[in-house]
Amino acid sequence: MLMQERGTNLMTNQDQIVRPAPIVDESSKPFFDAAADAVLLLQRCDVCQAYLWPLREICTECLSTDLSWAPSTGEGLVHSFVIMHRLFHPAFQEDVPYNLTVVQLDEGPRVTSIIKGIENDEIQVGMRVSANWHDVNGTPLLHFETR
Amino acid sequence: MQYNAAFNPSGGAAIVGLGMTEMTREYSYSATGLAGIAVKRALDDAGLKKEEIDGLFINAGVTNSISTPLQTSLGFRDLKLLNHMNAAGSTAGQMVQFASLAIQAGMASYVVCVFADDPLKPGTSAGAAYGGTNNHSTGMASLPASYGFFSGANTSYALAARRHMGLYGTTQDQLGAVAVSTRAWATMNPAAMQRKPMTLDDYHGSRWIVEPFHLLDCTLVSNGAVAVIVAASEQARDLKQPPVYIAGMGQGHPGNPRQAGYENEVNTGARIARDTAYSMAGVGPDDIDIRELYDCYTYTTLVTLEDYGFCEKGEGGAFVEDGRLGPGGSHPTNTGGGQLSGYYMWGMTPVSEAVIQTRGHAGERQVQKRDHVLVSTQGGILDWHSTLILSPNADAGTRN
Repeated sequence: MLMQERGTNLMTNQDQIVRPAPIVDESSKPFFDAAADAVLLLQRCDVCQAYLWPLREICTECLSTDLSWAPSTGEGLVHSFVIMHRLFHPAFQEDVPYNLTVVQLDEGPRVTSIIKGIENDEIQVGMRVSANWHDVNGTPLLHFETR
Repeated sequence: MQYNAAFNPSGGAAIVGLGMTEMTREYSYSATGLAGIAVKRALDDAGLKKEEIDGLFINAGVTNSISTPLQTSLGFRDLKLLNHMNAAGSTAGQMVQFASLAIQAGMASYVVCVFADDPLKPGTSAGAAYGGTNNHSTGMASLPASYGFFSGANTSYALAARRHMGLYGTTQDQLGAVAVSTRAWATMNPAAMQRKPMTLDDYHGSRWIVEPFHLLDCTLVSNGAVAVIVAASEQARDLKQPPVYIAGMGQGHPGNPRQAGYENEVNTGARIARDTAYSMAGVGPDDIDIRELYDCYTYTTLVTLEDYGFCEKGEGGAFVEDGRLGPGGSHPTNTGGGQLSGYYMWGMTPVSEAVIQTRGHAGERQVQKRDHVLVSTQGGILDWHSTLILSPNADAGTRN
């Protein structure tokens, strides 16, 4: 099946549960190449220097199509978070209950990610966090940690 | 407050017909069939013949299974006005607004506005219909599933609610108070899907959907349809039902900027829409007798009350806590049980209950003072918003 070939979030057979991992495509390749070196890239508008997220074709501030990738400090504040108690996918059996956290990077964009190395009841809106990376099925995935 | 437009539509049109199907968790008819049933009931309610209808606005729900061909399915011919409108949950209010404007501009006389949806099919859960685990995305769009970001709208609204809790100290008890007061109204509405009385303990005991949302923070998912008919106020007075005059209208669309400088999770489009609607109607929050607010989640009610000026920003939690929204309270809100306990027909839930209350046809749950009834319909993750201010009084609004 096509979806299994793409390595998405389905079981490949009854014995093995595959954890959903990012699927690198042409437009996101620079992001994941940098991620392999633990560098967080954001799109930045060449004209007005606005940082953009998620992936855009056009700058949301000045409507320029001249966009480049630029490194982020990876520093930011917890904007909001939720706790997922229900098991929506078998690969997250060991994770439940797990957090989903929106971090507002110091450059401006808000990214949806997770915080690692913290108890759910210790997460707070406004908490300062830093980017780090972990591996999922050979692909680097962004997460955040408290400092 | 002065509404300054050269053409003032305030009070010039009215809702003259209302038709609703039964609201169910079971599949009966397709969205097309449900739409037809609701339209027939709206025609009978208004005392209009199908041949008199010359405008049709259509709003599909999450299944997106009705569109402009609904005209042919329902046998409407030679219409003067037709569109399939889609600004998510804010569309119901918008359909009524554009119908009112077009009628007053002479483009049509009797405009049907219909919403229909059939998300619950055999073998499909409500969660799957509204954003399950299925993910075909690649690239940056494949990131959310990698984090276990599932349950789409529930998760996004829960993030918005948590932002409010973090900034203003809003509590789980306060969210629960909205669920409890809304259910208290539903116990008196024969059309409501959940009519069993609920306590705050029941609320806390319901399972987590996405923390901070319990099951009882979230709307029901329903199959059904609602249709309303809009006509000029002069024509409305000759029809079967007491006219529901459209005194004020407004829209506000903040979008979803997701970047520093925007607090779109705690500031809805009502902050923009209210100014147009209040000034067109010549009223302010103190003049509103009944509130019918889009309440896909308890938090939506709380934040919308703030944005219409019933309390200050950040004080919504304390405002809803003491039962003032419920039966006998000072600020009757979602008097049919809303979407939380009544039925989830997107923006047509608040529109339909507002029509019933404005007419004075709400029976046991009728709110006595009903000179101005506020309707909020909103969609996306608080991205899009529209407002109606309705009145049973022919002299309501700023035009007269």
